Amino acid sequence: MRYIALLLFLVPVSALAVDTEPNLPNAALQQRYETLTHEFRCLVCQNETIAESSAPLAADLRAQVRQQLLTGKTDAQIKQYMVARYGDFVLFKPPWQPNTWLLWAGPLLLLCVGALVVITVVRRKTRLVHISPTDSTGDDFRP
Amino acid sequence: MKALFFLLPVGIVVLLLLLFWKGLYLNPAQVPSPLIGKPVPDFNLPGVGGTSASLKSADFEGHVSILNVWATWCIPCREEQPELVKLAQQHVVTLYGLNYKDDADSALQWLQTQGNPYERDGYDPKGQVGLNFGVYGVPETFVVDSHGIIRHKYIGPLTASLVNGQLIPLVHELEQGSK
Amino acid sequence: MIPELGQLALVLALCLTLAQIILGLVGAQRGDVSWMAAVRPAAVGQFIFTGLAFLLLVSCLLRSDFSVLYVAQNSNTELPWIYKVAAAWGAHEGSLLLWATILALWTVVVALFSRNLPLQFISRVLGVMGIISVGFLLFMLTTSDPFSRLLPPAQQGADLNPILQDPAMAGHPPMLYMGYVGLSVAFAFAVAALIGGKMDSTWARWARPWTIVAWLFLTLGITLGSWWSYYELGWGGWWFWDPVENASFMPWLVATALIHSLNVTEKRGMFKSWTALLAISAFSLSLLGTFLVRSGVLISVHAFATDPRRGVFVLALIAVVVGGAMTLYAWRAPKLVSEDGFTTLSRETFLLLNNLFLVVAAAAILLGTLYPLILDALNLGKISVGPPYFNSIFMPLMLPLLILVGIGPYLFWKHDTLKRLLGQFKITVWIVAAVSIVILVVLWERAGVTAVLGVIIAGWLLVSTIMGVVLRWRRRQKVSRGTWGMTLAHLGVGVLALGIAVSSSLGIEEDITLAPGQSTVVHGYRFAFDGTRNVQGPNYQAIEADIRITHNGQPVTVLHPQKRVYDGANSSATEADLDPGLFRDLYVAMGDPLGNGAWSMRLQYKPLIRFLWLGGLLMVFGGILAVSDRRRHAGVSVPKFADERQVVAKG
Repeated sequence: MRYIALLLFLVPVSALAVDTEPNLPNAALQQRYETLTHEFRCLVCQNETIAESSAPLAADLRAQVRQQLLTGKTDAQIKQYMVARYGDFVLFKPPWQPNTWLLWAGPLLLLCVGALVVITVVRRKTRLVHISPTDSTGDDFRP
Repeated sequence: MKALFFLLPVGIVVLLLLLFWKGLYLNPAQVPSPLIGKPVPDFNLPGVGGTSASLKSADFEGHVSILNVWATWCIPCREEQPELVKLAQQHVVTLYGLNYKDDADSALQWLQTQGNPYERDGYDPKGQVGLNFGVYGVPETFVVDSHGIIRHKYIGPLTASLVNGQLIPLVHELEQGSK
Repeated sequence: MIPELGQLALVLALCLTLAQIILGLVGAQRGDVSWMAAVRPAAVGQFIFTGLAFLLLVSCLLRSDFSVLYVAQNSNTELPWIYKVAAAWGAHEGSLLLWATILALWTVVVALFSRNLPLQFISRVLGVMGIISVGFLLFMLTTSDPFSRLLPPAQQGADLNPILQDPAMAGHPPMLYMGYVGLSVAFAFAVAALIGGKMDSTWARWARPWTIVAWLFLTLGITLGSWWSYYELGWGGWWFWDPVENASFMPWLVATALIHSLNVTEKRGMFKSWTALLAISAFSLSLLGTFLVRSGVLISVHAFATDPRRGVFVLALIAVVVGGAMTLYAWRAPKLVSEDGFTTLSRETFLLLNNLFLVVAAAAILLGTLYPLILDALNLGKISVGPPYFNSIFMPLMLPLLILVGIGPYLFWKHDTLKRLLGQFKITVWIVAAVSIVILVVLWERAGVTAVLGVIIAGWLLVSTIMGVVLRWRRRQKVSRGTWGMTLAHLGVGVLALGIAVSSSLGIEEDITLAPGQSTVVHGYRFAFDGTRNVQGPNYQAIEADIRITHNGQPVTVLHPQKRVYDGANSSATEADLDPGLFRDLYVAMGDPLGNGAWSMRLQYKPLIRFLWLGGLLMVFGGILAVSDRRRHAGVSVPKFADERQVVAKG
């Protein structure tokens, strides 16, 4: 018994937050709850989402998300609520706004640039090809 | 043209080195408050009990104030307690407290034994008001101007140098501005 | 005395490394054979003294010598001896010493296994590796001495972080370092070739086995880290896109691209400057990882205790090593051209596409990892970039690549025709179509579009890769070990992709509160909570729960998750328990006690999760096979594919 009491006062080094509340009334709400709590960053244990963190603040924020879902708020409204209090930092999924345009567009831009490079290289190499008689029967360049 | 391509990697390396150099002197974990420049969130809280008066958002109008978020379970709060008492004794600014997610009896006892620097001390056992202030770790201290707009937030315990070097000058500046 | 011997050993190693650099680089430049001949002995000497220093640190840990600050901070007398040894790399100073030791090890192996490489070239390679070694040795001797004393000595040491007291965690850093550091060989090969101004297919043939060995250690290290994270941390996840996880994944992606690019350079003498750039970049990303962990510029669960001075040192190291290499590249690489060509439908094109997707993925991950820092440095705000971002950009990049991997190995080099290629897939297409229909039926309404797509594409990859071998066997073609290696590694990728797609879409997670005697059902498995008891471990006390699992009334297993309290530190840890299975894992982690013996707990059903690490292991074995192919050995010149040429000519 004393072990249990001791546990309550210790700093959890590796712990996970297990929700002690029952699931939300309908599956869609529960799904949104899961998704949202996995998208908010815990401000205390900053390497975890509020879904996993065992910090008291994380529990408070989870309760806040649950409550707002039950009162019919949309995902956007809930996110706005959190951002108004904690800033963009609290969102693990960066919002689409001027200072993140480069972040979200970046990978696609890189892919396009890369694709252009590939096309240019293939074109150039195609011009350099000399197909000799021994080649076309399936040359010796097999794996 | 070709040469430019080959210089690109070095260029990127140089940019990254500059970035990291700058980054060494930043603190990635410190979360700036989005409430700076915004009015104090609406709230109305009872006092902690005993001699502590209640606290509501309207109390911030008309004068520069400092709101200190604290709790008895918070160890750094103990460290900053003497500084707060000293600050209160100087009578340069109105000092309010927000007792965050605490037990009223412990809080009361603390104030009685350690000294009560707060003119008013709101009791926020559920932490909802703290949440509205964007509190994520106690102690935190807010500086509010005479129009009730939050102008600065300190995260962590207040030290003598912080109080004398930054807090009090800021308070004076805000008082000048509001005249 | 012993710690001071350790410091002395490091100083001696430093001197020998300086010799290694000067003899190697200056000797090669001057063409002085006697100097170049002395490089190997210098390298061996460096290894002996660095290794000695490492062993001395381990001895201080085993003897619990608390007069050494590092020992007092990372170990205590209660620690099982294995973790005393693991404490050698558990914190900053010790892990630097491990880095330096492994680098010295790779150096000496390169020195000894390169008899058939030209002396001038190998001297340069060893010289370059010496520059990196000097960096790490100086780092330790100036700012991060593992042997600094604590006087008066502590009575008892601090505990090693409880979550690190685990076999996989103990093994993960050494494996990872073998990979990270091993990429310095390819780096040194590229720099040496750039200095010498000559890079050809022979160079690629030498470089490839070293790169594959480094790659497979890196694969193993990442797999171990992910597996540990899964069974230890209690959240059932296995990848968080944490900056330091990314720091190991980026070099892996680039190293994979490098292996494939080396393939082209070896076979066709092309893509030389690109391959050199990849080789330099892979190791640069390793160094970047070292910086990120020790500098504190990014928030990471892995970060060692940070100190701006350390950050500055690593930055200087990166400036010299990476900056120097990239400058050399800008100067010398434009001269590396090849006059050969290939057509649009060819193995070369597909390998180019392979590189495209892998490198863009690595660049995208770099962007996401550094973006919060970029914004903060430019005062443009403070944001977080986490798993939702990385998952959304990474998956779309990987799916096309997986499709291509199923086609690439079938293609001829230089020139192929669509007709011939399609002919190879006649049977494959039918099998994949049938499998896809089954998948669609099974997953209909149970999984999202991405997951279904992922499963189908993984299926395509597996079928196509297996059919590749089947077709060769039917043509009575001899399949080389290198080809087996490739096949196995590609199968590994398919298995990994399948595991990810299925476990993330069909996995079930349930948070529930149970009192002793109560039970619940998850995916047909009944989890019954039978109560808890107290247990005593070597350096901890725990509350252990009994969870009895049955399926259709048949007993499956009893799981014993624990909530541990470690003696040394004031900390608790959740020790999840799981029932492993090839096709599903059942997973239980305890939450908090809620009075009257009731506990909150998380139960999970995870289908095909083991395929993730199985896939990783397959890749590792594939790499081992590929390296053991005698034809690839440096300096062995073998008539290429003589038998295959005849067979192919027949049909």
